[in-house]
Amino acid sequence: MLYRESGQYKTNYADDQAIFPLKQDRWLMAIALVVAFVVIPLTSSEYMLQAVIIPFLIFALAAIGLNLLAGYCGQISLGTGGFMAVGAYAAYKLATSFPDLNMIVVFLLSGVVAAFVGIMFGIPSLRIKGFYLAVATLAAQFFLQWLFNKVAWFYNYNPSGTITAPPREMFGFMITGPAATAEARYMITLVVVVVLALVAKNLTRGHIGRSWMAIRDMDIAAEIIGIRPLHAKLSAFAISSFYCGVAGALFVFTWLGSVETEAFAITVSFQVLFMVIIGGLGSILGSFIGAAFITAVPILLTNAPQFFGFNMPIDLQKHFEVMIFGVLIIFFVIVEPHGLARLWQIAKEKLRLWPFPY
Amino acid sequence: MTETRNIGDTLLKVDNISLSFGGVKAITGVSLEIREREICAIIGPNGAGKTSMLNVINGFYHPQEGTITFGGEVRRKMRPHLAAQGGIARTFQNVALFTGMSTLDNIMTGRNLKMKRNFLWQAINIGPARKEELEHREFVERIIDFLEIEAIRKTPVGRLPYGLQKRVELGRALAAEPKLLLLDEPMAGMNVEEKEDMCRFILDTNDEFGTTIGLIEHDMGVVMDLSDHVVVLDHGEKIADGVPDVVRADQNVIDAYLGVAHE
Ligand SMILES: Nc1ncnc2c1ncn2[C@@H]1O[C@H](COP(=O)(O)OP(=O)(O)OP(=O)(O)O)[C@@H](O)[C@H]1O
Ligand SMILES: [Mg+2]
Repeated sequence: MLYRESGQYKTNYADDQAIFPLKQDRWLMAIALVVAFVVIPLTSSEYMLQAVIIPFLIFALAAIGLNLLAGYCGQISLGTGGFMAVGAYAAYKLATSFPDLNMIVVFLLSGVVAAFVGIMFGIPSLRIKGFYLAVATLAAQFFLQWLFNKVAWFYNYNPSGTITAPPREMFGFMITGPAATAEARYMITLVVVVVLALVAKNLTRGHIGRSWMAIRDMDIAAEIIGIRPLHAKLSAFAISSFYCGVAGALFVFTWLGSVETEAFAITVSFQVLFMVIIGGLGSILGSFIGAAFITAVPILLTNAPQFFGFNMPIDLQKHFEVMIFGVLIIFFVIVEPHGLARLWQIAKEKLRLWPFPY
Repeated sequence: MTETRNIGDTLLKVDNISLSFGGVKAITGVSLEIREREICAIIGPNGAGKTSMLNVINGFYHPQEGTITFGGEVRRKMRPHLAAQGGIARTFQNVALFTGMSTLDNIMTGRNLKMKRNFLWQAINIGPARKEELEHREFVERIIDFLEIEAIRKTPVGRLPYGLQKRVELGRALAAEPKLLLLDEPMAGMNVEEKEDMCRFILDTNDEFGTTIGLIEHDMGVVMDLSDHVVVLDHGEKIADGVPDVVRADQNVIDAYLGVAHE
């Protein structure tokens, strides 16, 4: 069946306001969910889940977080890694201090803690913009990383300085800790990411999302229609950091199991920023595409040469990786700031009208 | 005309406003009144201080002297969002739309102040938040019909031609259901037909919704046709104030427009 909206007339505004107004989009969404919830757990190897799919989901969540802030509200941030660290350490402290607390509650509360920290570091955005704001958020990144490294309370005075996810179960399955299977960790990650992605989509379509975009596009005009820059910017920082915080908590609890502060270094902030730029600023779908892209390219570079029967030295691979990302970032920043998601959009628009372009 | 349109009491009173930027005096001791349900034109040569006056009224600029009385409240300084809450909406001389958003979303944004559901409701988008969104969507659709922009509902406004952008901007201001609507050169850069449409929308707005309008416009024909009352600024000072015919015949006004030397 072709992808098009012609012939799909909406008879009321409720249908037009639906989250996926086009029938084809609803089908694509349903297929994606079936693949995610049924096909992947049945067919994927432990390696595939651990090395590719779980990190993809967690980074997609962080990318959604940054996208809400940078793509929708226009406030650039290099503090993503720091906010993820807040979520990770908050989850660790909560889970170890209150062993009976449900893990979903732990994840959500860690997000809330990160949201408050995000608001604090978002305050400079009321005064400064663009490059200077980026520098201010960079300060947040370094400060937070330093803090979690320096203050032993955050890692329960563990001599190795690492935090380790304690074993916890839900519905009778181990979902964190060494005994948790990759499938169980995948499922819990998937549920959290899918629900939060839908929430993000709803927020961006509601009046809070419109007020973010208004601030992004023309802040003085936003102000004269009654949008308060203070509320809009700080709510974007809060909700964005919530997402990054939950992603950070999952990073430790359902992916790596054990990390040091180094895991949330500035490179993570840049990695998530690249995902958002390549996937598309101002698009939830784009956050997934960008995360998929950035997680997939290194794996392809590792495996593709062997597949074709020759060996590429590891350092050459790394160089290629950096070159590919570099070129793409420059391309997207200059030519198509709305990223791969926009290219997908254009393809859809072409298809809608096909075969009569006018 | 005045009798049939039942113009009411003073809605906005600007009293002895002075505004300067460093050494540049943009407005010097200007007073003016806009009454309920009237269309008041503010005219004057380039740099006369018209836009500055609107910026003072809706809280962008803070005058050094003078007071503003709107809806019974006296003030000098205020924040733009408070002006918006009080019922003042405006459009800009250089269109100031949210270019990344569709026509529909731009106008919906104009209803932001009236949307109360908090983000938790919006996050799940069922029940009250959804109902609220739909109610406002219906209101916005009426504005879209009124301004005859149905066809560009879903188009990102950055892609629209200038004339349509001005129309969308009017729509966004109307969405707030303002008591006072300030229009800064709504017809600048338009062709004759677009101007005629815009005139019709302004008159209909005034007529159907009883909205009080403050209008800056350079086209004298338009000013004479639309306005109940004209204020003329020149070099930051008010040089005339009255019904269109009288103002047109005023010698000071003629001199100002012909560029006769001052003092
Ligand atoms: N933000 C500002 N900073 C400095 N000077 C300003 C500022 N805004 C306005 N002015 C000055 O105030 C004076 C009046 O400007 P204003 O924009 O109000 O004129 P105007 O009547 O709207 O003119 P036009 O018909 O060209 O739009 C001008 O001399 C202008 O240079
Ligand atoms: Mg002006």
